[in-house]
Amino acid sequence: MVTNKLNLPKEKIDRARELAKNICAPVLDFIDAHTTVTVERATLRLLGADGVSTEGAPVPNLVVDALRDKMSEGAAVWYANALVQTGLEQGELDRRIAEGFNIATLPMGDRQKAKELAAALARRQFSRIDANRAYRESKLEEFKGRSHSPLLYLIVATGNIYEDVKQAQAAALAGADVIAVIRTTAQSLLDYVPYGPTTEGFGGTYATQENFRIMRQALDEVMEREQRYIYQTNYASGLCMPEIAAMGALERLDMMLNDSMYGILFRDINMYRTFVDQRFSRMINAYSGIIINTGEDNYLTTSDAFEKAYTVLASQFLNERFAYAAGLKPWQMGLGHAFEMDPSIENGILYELAQAQMAREIFPEHPLKYMPPTKHMSGDIFKGLVMDNMFNFVSKATGQGIHLLGMLTEAIHTPFMMDRHIAVETALYVMNGIESIMDEIEFRPDGLIVRRAHEVLDRTLGFMEEVERIGLMESIEKAMFADISRSRTGGKGFEGIVEKGEGYFNPVESMLERSLGLA
Amino acid sequence: MAHIIRPYGDTMDDGKVQLSFSLPVPAGSRALEAARRIALAWGFHEAEVVHMAPMSDEFTFFVVYAATQHGIDWDTVEGDRDDSEKPMTMDEINAFIRAHIGRKVVVVGACTGFDAHTVGIDAIMNMKGYNHHYGLERYEMIEAHNLGAQVPNETLIDYAEAHNADAILVSQVVTQKNSHVHNLTEFIELLEAKGERGRFICIAGGPRISNKLAAKIGFDAGFGHGTYAEDVATFIVKKMVQEGRK
Ligand code: B12
Repeated sequence: MVTNKLNLPKEKIDRARELAKNICAPVLDFIDAHTTVTVERATLRLLGADGVSTEGAPVPNLVVDALRDKMSEGAAVWYANALVQTGLEQGELDRRIAEGFNIATLPMGDRQKAKELAAALARRQFSRIDANRAYRESKLEEFKGRSHSPLLYLIVATGNIYEDVKQAQAAALAGADVIAVIRTTAQSLLDYVPYGPTTEGFGGTYATQENFRIMRQALDEVMEREQRYIYQTNYASGLCMPEIAAMGALERLDMMLNDSMYGILFRDINMYRTFVDQRFSRMINAYSGIIINTGEDNYLTTSDAFEKAYTVLASQFLNERFAYAAGLKPWQMGLGHAFEMDPSIENGILYELAQAQMAREIFPEHPLKYMPPTKHMSGDIFKGLVMDNMFNFVSKATGQGIHLLGMLTEAIHTPFMMDRHIAVETALYVMNGIESIMDEIEFRPDGLIVRRAHEVLDRTLGFMEEVERIGLMESIEKAMFADISRSRTGGKGFEGIVEKGEGYFNPVESMLERSLGLA
Repeated sequence: MAHIIRPYGDTMDDGKVQLSFSLPVPAGSRALEAARRIALAWGFHEAEVVHMAPMSDEFTFFVVYAATQHGIDWDTVEGDRDDSEKPMTMDEINAFIRAHIGRKVVVVGACTGFDAHTVGIDAIMNMKGYNHHYGLERYEMIEAHNLGAQVPNETLIDYAEAHNADAILVSQVVTQKNSHVHNLTEFIELLEAKGERGRFICIAGGPRISNKLAAKIGFDAGFGHGTYAEDVATFIVKKMVQEGRK
């Protein structure tokens, strides 16, 4: 239970939510009217399309590329039509597609029959997702009370899935509740998802469905041994955001990095594309019981954490609004923020405490995702370890939900095994030592912490009013988020957006909207 | 007389160092001895394992204090650059350009390849700069073009040609699997293939970039951690004048 210590006015918080609604509304209208190549590919994946050509092109890509001029009808009906027309088993059809068979050469037969088949295929995959969700829930129930609070989150990033498995198991044994496999540099810019197990990556490992499966199995082993649920995490972001969400749903991932604007700002992906993709991916996450993690923390790497704190809160409101619009529940919204203020600021740690407590009180049911210092970490690993532990302190004290453990070597390399070990040991020490601290502490009503939180909320309202006035897309063009400017038609993936036609058909979308109560 | 130096713990020449590392063995008395032995194998004559902790069934973490007799001759050591050479200030640089070059100096920069880190190149080039040191855009006598991150080497080179750049700045932050070395090498090879290496002053930068590394790859200079715009600008304008580029 969150107790309020900052006395933030409820009217202001409600006002911010109302602004978020107004800001997102026009964007949501655009989203409704459009699909994208990756939304269609994710749909095919959720009809069970699978396989890859000898050149490495996945079957969903081959299908969507072949259907380019029929995209406004949706790919599902054409894929199902191919099954009806050829009379082949799905696996066999996929194999032929991988070998070069172009399904667009087949005439449309009985459209209604194709639609029914597509819906039946989707139901089959959905029942697999239902089973995954039920399994997760039963294990969480079985191991109730065994996880840390906040959940301790560690990344692995060797580039080699088999090496990742070793490190992930060690990390989970050491105490991590959540394991994220960082993706390889630039995967977010690939307009397809690589296939199979992979052993080569830079700064991370390819997200492939097979890699997901391998890691899942390894983490389940540790889970049984430790009698503690181990959450598996990856990145539903980049040009294949919805497809990765689909793969995660099928392989029982538990969390997904999934932001409504990160791709636009930090990967220069087109904004229309990102907005459409995030909605579809979030519906999949919502349905699968996956917790999303949003990326506000990244803003603080390009703009100043003290000055621009209000942009983080504003973005949390927007991410929350987009999440509701995709059927996510508050318990699935791991809104992001970070401990990134310049360590030389006097009382800086108190300002961090104010920010974290403010987020906690404004989003009481959300499992906030709190990021450690990164930008101001340096080669001085000893000082860095102290910074990480001030962060650990603030996180525990303010009851954050998902705690990314800071690495003393953040400025140097992706984590070594011993870096993680030190991180877990020290965090457990701090967190255990202050377990009940907030039951003991109140803030002075006119003190620095309370005043700072009120000030950030006020500035957030002013900022959101400005964004409402000029529009979200325009605000992004004007570099109002993260000090980064992106144009509407610029960025990658713009050509992959298609307006839905009259007869657009997508059984996956309809099933998601129906079961999430969005229809 | 050689001036031999060794690590200093609490008495001159005690040679004391602190180490931490992990070994792929289960914790226990054999692991403890293995950690000690491995430190001795590295040339330490004394090693004490002060901390051992299991990280999993197969891996163990150690903290070791050790002492070495090895030393080196301080007088033979050369740094990555001459610390006594101080950079000029922004005003001095503008004045220097007016006096010796007589026109704006054109600098084009980007973080290239798949590397998406802009903060470093922005710190050097953008108006705002970094740590209260203005970036090149702020310099009256410098025309700075920052192309951002994830820029292909070809694009950067084409842009530099089109804008008649005097200097090209390449930022590389990700170094895993030596991707920075590959990317920087490709940049130089592309320029050479076009016969244009001599046309530009080429500078590499990033937290793991040293002057030596950059020079080895074929750049004119490399700048690492803690660099400010004035360091780079000073180098460029001095080099231009030295080489009679106008
Ligand atoms: C911010 C950040 C990000 C942000 C970048 C936002 C942005 N728009 O730039 C985001 C979140 C997007 C990001 C992404 C990734 N990051 Co990152 N990131 C960092 C972080 C925390 C800070 C970097 C920074 O901004 N430093 C501040 C600037 C001012 O310092 P600087 O870059 O060193 O620049 C100075 C000097 O080096 C020099 N300089 C730099 N460039 C140039 C160029 C010239 C010409 C000159 C003269 C000087 C110069 O001058 C600058 C001012 O002094 C570092 C960790 C750290 N503390 O260093 C990791 C870090 C750099 N990232 C890392 C990694 C692995 C990644 C990812 C690959 C992770 C992934 N798998 O997704 C992705 C990269 C994807 C990609 N395609 O590149 C690793 C790199 C490891 C390695 N050695 O290879 C680090 C070290 C973190 C870690 N420990 O794992 N990252």
